[in-house]
Amino acid sequence: MTGAIWNLLLGLAWVLLSGDFTGLNLLVGMVFGYIALVLIEHQVEALKGYPARIPRIVRFIGFFIKELVQANLRVGFDILTPPWHMKPGVIALPLSARTEMEITLVANLISLTPGTLSLDVSDDRRVLYIHAMFLDDEDELRRNLKEMEHRALELFR
Amino acid sequence: MIEVVKGTLLLSGSLFILLAAIGLVRLPDLLTRMHATTKAAALGVILIMLASAMHFAEVGVVARSFAIILFILMTAPVAAHVIGRAGYFVGSKLWSGTVKDELKPNYDPLTHELKSGLETQENARRVPRESDPE
Repeated sequence: MTGAIWNLLLGLAWVLLSGDFTGLNLLVGMVFGYIALVLIEHQVEALKGYPARIPRIVRFIGFFIKELVQANLRVGFDILTPPWHMKPGVIALPLSARTEMEITLVANLISLTPGTLSLDVSDDRRVLYIHAMFLDDEDELRRNLKEMEHRALELFR
Repeated sequence: MIEVVKGTLLLSGSLFILLAAIGLVRLPDLLTRMHATTKAAALGVILIMLASAMHFAEVGVVARSFAIILFILMTAPVAAHVIGRAGYFVGSKLWSGTVKDELKPNYDPLTHELKSGLETQENARRVPRESDPE
């Protein structure tokens, strides 16, 4: 968090000093600020871990878009062709996420990927019930969901 | 070149929304319909917003497009989750081709208690204590 604030402040300083008040210039300033933070990371205790987080977030967004488009095409194909290829079902997915915030994030991401829809969390917050549209290969689906959860949690821990 | 990209984005966006609409009519039960409407429609709106951001290429429009994308990504799954959950617990029938339902045995319709299904495994693993009855 401290890292993000410093990054923003450095970006604002860049905008002020260059005198060009546009969104694009702020972006340029934030990129330079980020580079500066990477350079001083090992000297400043408070910044530890911040620079590594940005590429992780970018990679996660890329991974997520890939999943989103792929699964949407699959659902679309099933909607358009007359026989149903889908095998819907409700499965229980054990959660590694612990806090409310993490569970909300994971449940929303699972809802956003087509083919899966989070239904409910058990009362003891250990299992997420998911409605899945394609249960042909349950183990693989579980593995994919676990990978997504793992990647999402990595961003916040 | 950029015209082609914009056109492709707009067309594929509208196609995804059309897919969502067809899915809403064709799919057999509430939960599968929720799948089609939320996700395909969200992806469609995102693509169209990207196209409009590219077309106008002004800070104000781009910022608003990205704000719309962000808010769609934040609200669509919550809405789908709430509608799907309410529908499931009110008792909407699942499609006859549904292969399994791991929620049902863990849910008590009287107390609305939802177990995780891990309790039985845990009891089996439990180490015997001295206070246990013989």
